[in-house]
Amino acid sequence: MKILVCMKQVPQKDAPLKLNESGQWIREGVSYEVNEPDAYALEEALRQKEKHGGEVVAITSGPARAQQVLREALAKGADRAIHLEDDAFVALDALNTARAIAAAIKDEQFDLIFTGLQSDDYGFAQTGVVLAELLGWPHATIIMHLEKSETGIRVKRELEAGFFQYVNMPLPAVLTIQSGINKLRYATLIGIKQAKNKPLRKVALAEVQSALTPNLQKIERLYVPQKTKKTETLEGSPSDIAKKLVDKLRNELHVL
Amino acid sequence: MPDTILVIVEQQQGKLNRVSWETIAAAQAIAADTGWAVEAAVAGHNIAAAAVEVAGKKLRKVHAVDAPQLDRYTPDAFAAALQQLIAAKQPKLVLLPHTYQVRDFAPKLATRLGRCVISDCTGYKHDAAKLLFTRQMFQGKFSADVGFGSDGPWMATFQNGAFRGDQAEPGTAAAPVESFAVTFDAAARNQPEDWFKEAKQAVDLTQAEIIVSVGRGIKEQKNIELAQQLATALGGEIAASRPICDNGWLPMDRQIGSSGQTVSPKLYLALGISGAIQHIVGMKGARAVVAINKDSEAPIFEIADVAVVGNLFDIVPPLIEEIKKAKAGS
Repeated sequence: MKILVCMKQVPQKDAPLKLNESGQWIREGVSYEVNEPDAYALEEALRQKEKHGGEVVAITSGPARAQQVLREALAKGADRAIHLEDDAFVALDALNTARAIAAAIKDEQFDLIFTGLQSDDYGFAQTGVVLAELLGWPHATIIMHLEKSETGIRVKRELEAGFFQYVNMPLPAVLTIQSGINKLRYATLIGIKQAKNKPLRKVALAEVQSALTPNLQKIERLYVPQKTKKTETLEGSPSDIAKKLVDKLRNELHVL
Repeated sequence: MPDTILVIVEQQQGKLNRVSWETIAAAQAIAADTGWAVEAAVAGHNIAAAAVEVAGKKLRKVHAVDAPQLDRYTPDAFAAALQQLIAAKQPKLVLLPHTYQVRDFAPKLATRLGRCVISDCTGYKHDAAKLLFTRQMFQGKFSADVGFGSDGPWMATFQNGAFRGDQAEPGTAAAPVESFAVTFDAAARNQPEDWFKEAKQAVDLTQAEIIVSVGRGIKEQKNIELAQQLATALGGEIAASRPICDNGWLPMDRQIGSSGQTVSPKLYLALGISGAIQHIVGMKGARAVVAINKDSEAPIFEIADVAVVGNLFDIVPPLIEEIKKAKAGS
């Protein structure tokens, strides 16, 4: 099986984020990491390759710094990587990101495309589904298990309220992968060394520009959410805080 | 004729999803601001009763899209059917509840229409004739006001709990229900099997009055014990955010959030939980939220009644002692 894994670099979970001058995006210069569900998507692709053979290709779109995501994927076992490299890719909506990916892989023939189920920055939860529609492929979202079947694949979808559902579908297909589908591996030293010699294809914005249109949705303003709740902050030494909190639990919240 | 807002409600086996009422309430609120009319659509098979139930709300009409191909959800059939409905009715705005099913087909539907979806909205703003949708970004650290950059139909999905379902206004008379016939060019490619649950849930957190919930801030599996001691001292249940259950540090049935249980205890004590949207939707109904987190900008503090900015490993041990003392004295 030949599998493409769409991966995104996002700010680290505990990175302190500040608004930029325009108030429409965050300031650069924070620490970044692989979007968590994308790491699970990569792991699942590597496991499928180990079972069935084939090839795993990682793709990302973003500035030069995003190459780190691909280096990590190669070190963990991806065979090659594609980098849609330009600062402008960060500002694309889900439709345009999917169009850019589709344009970058137009000469490839994948059996499966994996994405994480959503990103920690925009949180659209759309790019994989849109990509499937652009390619004319079926898709399934929030996948917790995947096996080959005689006619294609059988996947386990997570539904709400603790329900699941198996879906049989033909290949090629796009799957959005849920965190926790597997256990992540660490890159080995030898893997990190080998990664340096693996192919990494850079795709410039100009090469996919003709596939893009102006964004259909636009962030007018980004801001720290207004608080709707009155919060009382407890301060002092740990033992002071413990005493104050117990007093609240007992006398105001009546739970003790 | 005024522009139309079309609400696509969600039903499973004739039972309407609760978030559908919230989305109708959202549409009615937007209609009050814009002067647009609100219509609803129900898609599925044998949905007559569900359509009549929806028609009890204040709506101009209800479209019943009934076909055997829509009996068991597939993205192919739902996108095909709703594409035909939207093409025929040309609503200005299409609103949907942000359910797992909608997440599965709405981006596909929008792409087919050459449009986009503003997903997972928590509210809207209407000023100077401009309609903006508010959604959370960066895991709830920021909110964004997002506008459409094209003509309609515009599409947006509303998060569970963004509006109150009981505020969906009833109509003075039942809205007319019209059936809308759809055709399918091809059989759906996905073949879904029955819904099922994993092993029986060992614990029903929805009944718990006190919940001590742990997030990434707990750092290591061995530290779960500390949170468990706090839960025991309070006489409550232990729960967790998704990453903790993904790591196997607590069983999946103790997960709170969009993919876990939705709870509304008297006390929700969040230890080292940052407060990503997916977690918040599962616990924002709590009567009181106490949050302990070392990051003063953690989104959990937005909804906390009592905030403690500090290291949970410093605060929890004396807290357990104080609780024991208080209980012993009572």
